[in-house]
Amino acid sequence: MADLVNLFIKAAFVENLALSFFLGMCTFLAISKRVETAAGLGVAVVAVQAITVPINNLIYVLLLQKGALAWAGLPDVDLEFLGLVLYIGVIAALVQILEMALDRYVPKLYNTLGIFLPLITVNCAILGGTLFMVERQYTFAESVVYGIGSGSGWAFALIALAGIREKLKYSDVPDGLQGLGIAFIIVGLVAIGFMGFSGIRL
Amino acid sequence: MSDTRRILIDPLIDNNPVTLQVLGICSALAVTTSLMPALLMCAALTSVTAFSNATISSIRTRIPNSIRIIVQMTIISALVIVVDQLLRAYAFETSKQLSVFVGLIITNCIVMGRAEAFAMKNPVGISFLDGLGNGLGYSAILIVVATLRELFGGGTLLGYRILPLVSDGGWYEANGLLLLPPSAFFIIALLIWAIRSWKPEQVEQADYQIHEVHRTGVL
Repeated sequence: MADLVNLFIKAAFVENLALSFFLGMCTFLAISKRVETAAGLGVAVVAVQAITVPINNLIYVLLLQKGALAWAGLPDVDLEFLGLVLYIGVIAALVQILEMALDRYVPKLYNTLGIFLPLITVNCAILGGTLFMVERQYTFAESVVYGIGSGSGWAFALIALAGIREKLKYSDVPDGLQGLGIAFIIVGLVAIGFMGFSGIRL
Repeated sequence: MSDTRRILIDPLIDNNPVTLQVLGICSALAVTTSLMPALLMCAALTSVTAFSNATISSIRTRIPNSIRIIVQMTIISALVIVVDQLLRAYAFETSKQLSVFVGLIITNCIVMGRAEAFAMKNPVGISFLDGLGNGLGYSAILIVVATLRELFGGGTLLGYRILPLVSDGGWYEANGLLLLPPSAFFIIALLIWAIRSWKPEQVEQADYQIHEVHRTGVL
């Protein structure tokens, strides 16, 4: 249990997908102008990440891993190279299904998240989470925790940045840094702040 | 002729995918701690962008509009798998350092963006050049950032010692911050500042100004 809590903290803060691996940066910078929209996208990412990482974990363990097809009489088959196509397919399909399900059953949430869901398919934080799960050989339980942890870490960082950028519009920024430039500098400072979490263990 | 040249040269500075269009930043930051992986990443991304643009453009009239994204995704991921396997076969050590970032070329917005914005509307030849140009624009930024980080962060370039470190009896005190993730953000911000001071037409308008500032009239 303690291991899983540690994994959560590590995934959410120490190895924050956005700030220490730079994943999902494009969306991160584009959607962080207002706190409300940032919170919406953040929730959507947590949801998608928490579902796709465990599902891709099952696919990897049951189908792709070397020897995984032993039950079909093919003990030597190693399909790992097919991983990338399958993972991105799963992500694209899941986002589509999630979109339709939300539209049907929770229209209110769908209206808030609606525009962000298609963006998530091409968000590298989602595919990155899956690839890290495969590279680090997480078990199923670990992959659930890692999915939730890394998703919420990304969401925290996004909302924090949006809060700062909302205040920033009152400041006098040099012309060349206006917009994108100053956003990068702030993300850098937030990243230094998040580095303070390194070494935390329960 | 001038048109083809424009397609190839434009994305280098004037319409750079990283500093102007804010695409593909994820990997631009993550693989730049030293120059070697950055160069490999540039080669991988440039070839994927060029060939995916050419492939998608050659079948552009046959792709049904409603499923075009998934078709593009499949083509791109097939190309990335080829690149990934090649890197593992011929540059195993460096490909280990790149870890997940080769796979992440699939979701690199430059590749998708060029496929969607250019290859779907243009013939094969110039689509290939457009992919090449954008890949090179991305590479330019990546190489500058990686050179700065490796040279001033560790005093080496491509593993060769350029600046002798104090710890080895030299004179250069290595700047450890440059090896940490946040430094990449600062370097890109400064690059953007430099490019936009040189080409003022790229400067973004502020969406809100609380009072007249000294140079409001200039903009």
